[in-house]
Amino acid sequence: MSNKDDIRRYKDGERLHHWIVAITFILLAMSGLALFHPSLYWLTNLFGGGQWTRILHPFIGLVMFVSVMVLMVRFWRHNLVNRDDLRWIRYLPDALHKREGRLPPVGRYNAGQKIIYWSTVIGMFLLLFSGLIMWQPYFAPVFPIGLVRFAILVHAFSAILLMMVIILHIYAAIWVKGSLQAMVKGTVSRTWAKKHHPLWYREVTQEERK
Amino acid sequence: MASMQSLDIKNRSATSLPSPSVRSHTELAKLIDVSKCIGCKACQVACMEWNDLRGPVGENTGVYDNPQDLNEHTWTLMRFSEVEPDDFSFEWLIRKDGCMHCDDPGCLKACPAPGAIVQYANGIVDFISEKCIGCGYCIAGCPFDIPRLSRADNRAYKCTLCSDRVAVGLEPACVTTCPTGCITFGTKEDMKQQAVLRIADLNSRGYDNAGLYDPPGVGGTHVMYVLQHADRPGLYHGLPEDPRISPMVGFWQGITKPLAIGALALLAMASFLHFIKHGPNVAEDDDDAPSRDKTRDRKEESSHVE
Repeated sequence: MSNKDDIRRYKDGERLHHWIVAITFILLAMSGLALFHPSLYWLTNLFGGGQWTRILHPFIGLVMFVSVMVLMVRFWRHNLVNRDDLRWIRYLPDALHKREGRLPPVGRYNAGQKIIYWSTVIGMFLLLFSGLIMWQPYFAPVFPIGLVRFAILVHAFSAILLMMVIILHIYAAIWVKGSLQAMVKGTVSRTWAKKHHPLWYREVTQEERK
Repeated sequence: MASMQSLDIKNRSATSLPSPSVRSHTELAKLIDVSKCIGCKACQVACMEWNDLRGPVGENTGVYDNPQDLNEHTWTLMRFSEVEPDDFSFEWLIRKDGCMHCDDPGCLKACPAPGAIVQYANGIVDFISEKCIGCGYCIAGCPFDIPRLSRADNRAYKCTLCSDRVAVGLEPACVTTCPTGCITFGTKEDMKQQAVLRIADLNSRGYDNAGLYDPPGVGGTHVMYVLQHADRPGLYHGLPEDPRISPMVGFWQGITKPLAIGALALLAMASFLHFIKHGPNVAEDDDDAPSRDKTRDRKEESSHVE
């Protein structure tokens, strides 16, 4: 698939943090769902039992939060929303049926990727604060019980929404061939860049000519 | 645990299917007649003695409450309140605080560990501590602020209504020890009838608002109070007027769970269906790209590049 002509899309550090987020997310989703729905309680076995699941989950969460913050700082500039993003969303249903002609030209990220970026960032803040408030035995005892109840609800809701966003993210990476290479090797093919991120491709090639 | 005991469990935390329910049972209850309590704390001592509980020695802060609050070593606690129920009287109300053994227990609803909280068919709500994971959800679920988490072993504790004694036909330790007959134990029906007699007596002594505290918001309780001022339970160290499981806990534990799991499964399924209907999205100049769509896609692409 790849060759010397490929374009660099992600630096080593960016990929490292992405995969820290990915792995901690999987661990958090499994341990969180284990305590969310009785039918998934068996997942606690993967973490050494119910007590261990309860102990580990918040610490893994802190690792994920820190790594998401690193990604947030590295990528925020590319994820600012512009007018073309709305058009992109309007024609997304067409694109899902492989009629991509009407999509506006995309820069480094398309509107879908920006939605994933911002919901992950916002979701992580919600999860951090609600998680701290409900964290036994360290923090929960100092908060009023009504706030703890609210935090548990917020934690569950934002976690489920984040999981839905991540399912879409994973599927997009599977569906759009050549995307995974960006996060594994850090490079993408020129045809991939031309097709999916033409504005970004133009930027990159202009820099190459200089 | 004897296997027959599983027949006596009516509800089990984090369990979606019903428990074995072939046997019929009589509901039991403890009745605490607050008007007869002299605040001797014998019940507190009996509880510690029977359950082998001994907390660290506390500090005197100038009130009779000792210790200051319920904790993992103190499953029942005398709460002393000096109140002026009206303009011309002063009363010292003493309430034995502890688990109310709700018929609709918020702790059990909130608990994520299967079988860590059970409700026996006789109404007793019990923590099966070896299954407790220490998350504290029972604390969030309880409308009476009863369960306490131990810092030493990270498990939640509360009054068991002496389920071990009751199982062999004894009454709870606090009932046995009470010197004034303030605490009685029996079938819930009997206790309600006894409460009627007590309330009539209190009425005749000028307590017009005397009544039984058996709050319907939690399906009734298996620990009930006879109160001199049943119209104002808040006088008794903040006993909640209309306790019920917080709507936030009910929402989180109710409709949210199946909907959330369903939404996740649906989304994963939809993604899969999309893939098998439309196939992968390939940038067409790649070597392994299918050739049939090439010309059409190229034409479309040229319309927006440059």
